[in-house]
Amino acid sequence: MYRIEVSVKEGFADPRSEGLQKDILDLGIKTVERVKVSNIYLLEGNLNEKELQAICRELLTDPIVEEYFSPEQPAPVGAHLIEVAYNPGVMDPVEDSVKRGIRDLGINTVNAVRTAKKYLLWGKLSESTLQSISEKLLVNSIVQHVVAKKEAVTLPSASYKFQLAHFDLAAMDDAALVELSKGRFWLNLEEMKIIQAYFRRVGRKPTDVEVETVAQTWSEHCCHKTFKSKITLGKKTIDNLMKSTVMKATRELNKPWCLSVFKDNAGVIDFDGRHAVCFKVETHNHPSAVEPYGGAATGIGGVIRDPLGTGLGAFPILNTDVFCFGPPDLPHANLPKGVLHPRRIFKGVRAGVADYGNRMGIPTSNGAVLFDERYVGNPLVYCGTVGIMPATMTQKGLQKPGDLVLLVGGKTGRDGIHGVTFASGELDKESETLSSSSVQIGNAIVEKKALDAIIQARDLGLYSRITDVGGGGLSSAVGEMGEETGVRVDLEKVPLKYAGLSYTEIWISESQERMILAVPPDKIEQALAIFRNEDAEATVIGEFTDTKRLQLYYNKTLVCDLDMAFLHGGLPQLQREAVWQPPAHPEPEFKQPADLTGDLKKILGSWNVCSKEWVIRQYDHEVQGTSVLKPLVGVANDGPGDAAIIKPLADSAKGIIISNGINPKYGDIDTYWMAASAIDEALRQVIAVGGNLEEVALLDNFCWGNPEKPDRLGTLVRAAQACYDMAVVYGAPFVSGKDSLYNEYETGKESICIPPTLLISAMAVMDDVNKAVSMDCKKAGNLIYLIGNTYKELGGSHYYAVHGSIGSSVPKVNPQKGKQLMNALSKATKEGIVKACHDLSEGGIGVAAAEMAFAGSLGMTLNLKNVPLGEPIDRDDFVLFSESNTRFLSEVAPQDKAAFEKIMSGTDFAEIGKVTASKKLIVNGLKGKSMLEADIAELKEAWQKPLRW
Amino acid sequence: MKKVKVLMLRAPGTNRDIDTRIAFEQCGAEADSALVNELLRQEKRLMDYQILVIPGGFTYGDDISAGKIMANEIRPKLKEDILKFVADGRLVLGICNGFQVLVKTGILPGIKGKSAQPVTLTNNDSGKFECRWVYLKVNEKSPCIFTKGMRGMYVPIAHGEGKLVAEPGIAEKLNIVVQYVDEKFKTQAGYPYNPNGSINDIAGICDASGRIFGLMPHAEDFIRWTQHPRWTRETPREDLYGLQIFQNAVAWAKGI
Repeated sequence: MYRIEVSVKEGFADPRSEGLQKDILDLGIKTVERVKVSNIYLLEGNLNEKELQAICRELLTDPIVEEYFSPEQPAPVGAHLIEVAYNPGVMDPVEDSVKRGIRDLGINTVNAVRTAKKYLLWGKLSESTLQSISEKLLVNSIVQHVVAKKEAVTLPSASYKFQLAHFDLAAMDDAALVELSKGRFWLNLEEMKIIQAYFRRVGRKPTDVEVETVAQTWSEHCCHKTFKSKITLGKKTIDNLMKSTVMKATRELNKPWCLSVFKDNAGVIDFDGRHAVCFKVETHNHPSAVEPYGGAATGIGGVIRDPLGTGLGAFPILNTDVFCFGPPDLPHANLPKGVLHPRRIFKGVRAGVADYGNRMGIPTSNGAVLFDERYVGNPLVYCGTVGIMPATMTQKGLQKPGDLVLLVGGKTGRDGIHGVTFASGELDKESETLSSSSVQIGNAIVEKKALDAIIQARDLGLYSRITDVGGGGLSSAVGEMGEETGVRVDLEKVPLKYAGLSYTEIWISESQERMILAVPPDKIEQALAIFRNEDAEATVIGEFTDTKRLQLYYNKTLVCDLDMAFLHGGLPQLQREAVWQPPAHPEPEFKQPADLTGDLKKILGSWNVCSKEWVIRQYDHEVQGTSVLKPLVGVANDGPGDAAIIKPLADSAKGIIISNGINPKYGDIDTYWMAASAIDEALRQVIAVGGNLEEVALLDNFCWGNPEKPDRLGTLVRAAQACYDMAVVYGAPFVSGKDSLYNEYETGKESICIPPTLLISAMAVMDDVNKAVSMDCKKAGNLIYLIGNTYKELGGSHYYAVHGSIGSSVPKVNPQKGKQLMNALSKATKEGIVKACHDLSEGGIGVAAAEMAFAGSLGMTLNLKNVPLGEPIDRDDFVLFSESNTRFLSEVAPQDKAAFEKIMSGTDFAEIGKVTASKKLIVNGLKGKSMLEADIAELKEAWQKPLRW
Repeated sequence: MKKVKVLMLRAPGTNRDIDTRIAFEQCGAEADSALVNELLRQEKRLMDYQILVIPGGFTYGDDISAGKIMANEIRPKLKEDILKFVADGRLVLGICNGFQVLVKTGILPGIKGKSAQPVTLTNNDSGKFECRWVYLKVNEKSPCIFTKGMRGMYVPIAHGEGKLVAEPGIAEKLNIVVQYVDEKFKTQAGYPYNPNGSINDIAGICDASGRIFGLMPHAEDFIRWTQHPRWTRETPREDLYGLQIFQNAVAWAKGI
């Protein structure tokens, strides 16, 4: 074995080491004087000295800024050494690249490569401090360990000896069935008994892989049984929540531009007659909780495969991401056992999403980051991808018997085994250890190669159907695809990352970057050649049949033989109880402060409102050259844009607007109005940037607690009901969605449930991107209009939050009025007379005005007495910080005053102020007295400071 | 008249070939792409093209360091062909990851140093990948074909390893083509104007012939006004487009 250590030479900048030193300081450890990080490469094989030197010099070391040592360099006197390596079985993508690089040097005698990191720390540090640094920053025991002795390069050689395993279900009583299901299948007793009855009927014992397949197909994650269940809430019975709310709105609206909804991996709408666009948002919460980087990377990797696996394949053109974390300043002492610190989760998730999205060459153009203590054990990671495809390819394909099952992309390992059933249960402090095999490691380049090959194969018409391999692995992907025909798979043909996997593991592994194509036999050679050329894996693993059965073989032994009708139709509808009681959060009583500047700054600097530039800059939002409105806008390219606009085709001015609405704070009062507000917010942002309601498609993503608890289910029902009520009036159909339930963390003492969190994503088609409007103030002297009525709605507001309360007056939505108002404003933006527009959300008029002013580097003077009120309000602070929905601030030039007011007539609006050259935000109260006067630089600083990491 | 033919050289992880193709097509050229292997197997021939581009992306995931594995692949098998291609009067352009590849093969700067690679592009001083728009000043005295007649550009960068560092004695000899500057086109403006800490604010260099040009910023991502981050508030400035680079290249190639 050869050990090579590469580090930055003395005298050259070493940002990686400096960054770590800063992170250690952030932990409150002030005694570290210096840090040095080195890369360790371990090679196994036969090399002569010349070859070894060539590998070090020409491949592994940068000749200008790095130096290498081989064999290793002893730790300098006075330095503490920590070396960290990946656990056996965790695939480090770098290893493959190093092997390739060595081959390109003409050296073919290296057969294994491992990598590790070496950390040297100088300073006075006790063993316990070192251990704390190691645990909090350097090692995630799920995938890594501290190297104690000489690390082996090759994996412990594993071999697999085939032995068919059965479950004697017939012999099991109820207790035994429950015991079998627990922690492995997560099915309830009734479901287990149905499986038992099926095999009694067939007259044989099921194999392990048969029960696994049924459990995966019937898991919450794969078939959303809560949303399909029969729910009783008070006197009401809801038969299939999804069909009677979200999908019902779509059906009733019956928009001709909805081309494929709720039946494929993403919802598809028309773009320009020649092309269609599709959109899907997924969550990857549980894996991100235990391994933020890998969990989040595979989250984005997974959702990219959704559009790619929609219709006959869409090319990904935009990513979005929305994160919910615990507060970054949470004291370590308050961290529940077994949980990673929110700051570490945040940094890891951000890096994972960025690394994967950037490598895939997809712009990340929209997103949000929210914080709440209740996300501490269950962070939420929403990732979304928009794809574009020719109009002729929008429908799901259908294979013919005889078509081949082609598995493309990544190899199969033990990653993610039981991820789906893992996602259908609650986390607890044991989760980290129990779930280690559920963590998947991503490799963006493997997915990029598959993507490049698939699009070529698509355009040549080489396959009849495509789907992604996601949760549930081959079991779910092939099982679903074969439903209409039947399918036979030879499991030993699946390419493996390493030996030793059983037939069951191969079938249920959730290894990343895999897709399934159905390829007619006469096109297989051409398809394989394309994948070969792109250096992407592609292997025929079976064939579609006409048996309507799922048949799996391992080296010619039949290991699974299930009736498709039972697999896909055998699950009985669940019965669930729901209750809902409005929580009692009294309206707070406090006096209005004499000056509101301090409160405005507090809101601007709150975790949810503050600038997310630190995150946004680390995403590539320019790649593909399609950007029109970027996430950051304004004079200094750092103001908070409302929605993203891209222009996906070089030869057309048509655009796509992407926005999102989310506000879990309102859900603490009533999830009905939370959902309504989220929809209103997503639509507002579309309108604010110059879009209209003519073609807006919505996506729902529900993240909730355990739905088996009636109170959690009650809030879910209310939120779903609001989705229907809003969507039908606004005329914005849902086209796809997803839910992630069981987001609770068991500490031993209590169950921390996340706040009910609904993300609404909107995708709108825009006729002409040249009409786009940004939110930054444009010119001194222009008029500021407030569109929409303000109510005394501060329940769940940021203003109440900075005063320590929740309150009860949650913002409501009047969609009839809202629609009329949005239509009028769209008309004004289309006329080109709206110079800037910003939607009002967290922090109301105060925050929106401040953001418009500092983004435009201009001042603004507002008169609250002119604000159109929906009900009498006698306090300046309530008017300034109310979070009433369907409101906008719009900037209009004086010469367009009459035209603007004419277009807006019939809606609630008023001129409430002016843009000024003073660089001050001035707010005069209801009685005309100045309530707030602040330099915009000061406000901007309050807004930028918290996340300037 | 026959169209100028551009070859975009790809490796697994190349991704700004889409943007680069659009830029060249907007200039009337025809853009084709090939993997390194396709050239080695002679399924496509370098000499059928007038311009070779190595576009941006993350070839081989930036493993070891950005552009390293692709450079290591090109060096023994393709470097000589590329040098012949240029000697024949043709053009080579490397953008972002492509620039990193050109530097790590030693094709740029084309100056003899102590090692075969006298210049490198390494981690940004910020330690982060960053995506932001930067002002570039064009060195009007540079022999670079691609920037003839240009004075400046305003274009995005999107990289984590863009800091140019040179062997002692080499920095002074570099043919600097573009430098990071502030909005008044002054050098030494510091971060974030110089987004990575590059020595002498270097954003791009060429060889002595001016026919091999590498730069970190994405000139291909500013070819229409609505890409500008402040197009909703400013008057159009086509003189700052990155498109000019592609126009110059195509114009030159027409003469080959």
